[in-house]
Amino acid sequence: MRRIVFAILSTITTVVLLFSYHTSTNAASAASSTVAQLPATPAAPVSPGSASQPRSSTKSGSSAGTSSPANYTGAAANTRWGTVQVRITVQGGKISASQAVQYPQGTSRDAQINGSALPILDQEAVQQQSASIDTVSGATVTSGGYLQSLQSAIDQAHL
Amino acid sequence: MNRRAWVQQIMGMPISIHVRSADVDSSTVARAVEEAFDIVREADRLFSTYQHNSEVSRIRRSELEPAQADPLVGQVITLCQQAGELTERAFTDHLPDDDGVLRFDPTGLVKGWAADRAASRLAGLQGASYCLNAGGDVVVGGAAVEDGSGPESIWRVGIEDPRDRSRIAEVVELHHGGVATSGTAARGAHLYDQATGTFVDRSGSVTVVGPSLMWADIWATALFVGPASLSNRFSRLTDGYRLIRL
Repeated sequence: MRRIVFAILSTITTVVLLFSYHTSTNAASAASSTVAQLPATPAAPVSPGSASQPRSSTKSGSSAGTSSPANYTGAAANTRWGTVQVRITVQGGKISASQAVQYPQGTSRDAQINGSALPILDQEAVQQQSASIDTVSGATVTSGGYLQSLQSAIDQAHL
Repeated sequence: MNRRAWVQQIMGMPISIHVRSADVDSSTVARAVEEAFDIVREADRLFSTYQHNSEVSRIRRSELEPAQADPLVGQVITLCQQAGELTERAFTDHLPDDDGVLRFDPTGLVKGWAADRAASRLAGLQGASYCLNAGGDVVVGGAAVEDGSGPESIWRVGIEDPRDRSRIAEVVELHHGGVATSGTAARGAHLYDQATGTFVDRSGSVTVVGPSLMWADIWATALFVGPASLSNRFSRLTDGYRLIRL
């Protein structure tokens, strides 16, 4: 039963993340909280792509991998299960951690919630690919599919 | 040269705006970005088929005569007619509703149209280069430094592999213009073929790159759903546009 609850919660938090990306000005306030560490995601081999892959590996802007971590807290969203609010930490162009800062009453705070709230992305593949492109054109991405898109990873790196 | 991104969910899709400028944190940039989002929101308010009281919803219920609608609606209707003629009706602004009845639905054109309009607001920023991505359709422009063709103003647009959406199949570099991709990889069979009266369920994708995102998007959709012969017409009728089939 607990597993089912966690599965539902992780779905909620993932959905909330989708609608909550915007630049936050209250990064400092996030520093006081404990942020869950991202478990290493097993990375699938990255196909090199076709002949038109990047000629140079220069990165644009301030997306260098050495950037300091920044926190972004999404707006609180009312779901049928209660209020959910998620904070993500972006470091070196990747989401390094996420945390549910508000969650429905009556459920225990658990690391599993935080861990499951992370987007289902192959972090290594994303890092390699998003370093060499600025944006992605593809079949229309809906808000529902955004979090798992390469574009969302690129956006997060520059928020 | 600094870079900053903003993302909002409008029209049921993510709209990402990236700006490169020496001063991306200025209030001037922030205002232009907010106004660009406002332009897309305005389009959603007028044209959404999901919002009960949008002008398009009222036209669909025959509560509003197109001639009495907002002038922007009239503008879009005219563009839809042009798009239909140019693409030999492969582009259509009449799509089957839930009940199967064909109703006025210009949303296939409005997305690119609104993105171009929003981009023109960003184009007014001095010393800034921008990239606006509306759910996978991209428009870039501006000049981060005076020479607008320099590396600071070039955007590398990855074209998603329609068979593996975690991969980039092609990269297009451009400093002005639009990149639109049509395919069924993200939303399944949602592109309607008026000639057969069915939703297209083929694999692959069509990307069109050119000066206007709206026209790139119209052609990408038309070439994806239309007959193969439409490619010849596309080559003949368009100038400065190119096609990538994946």
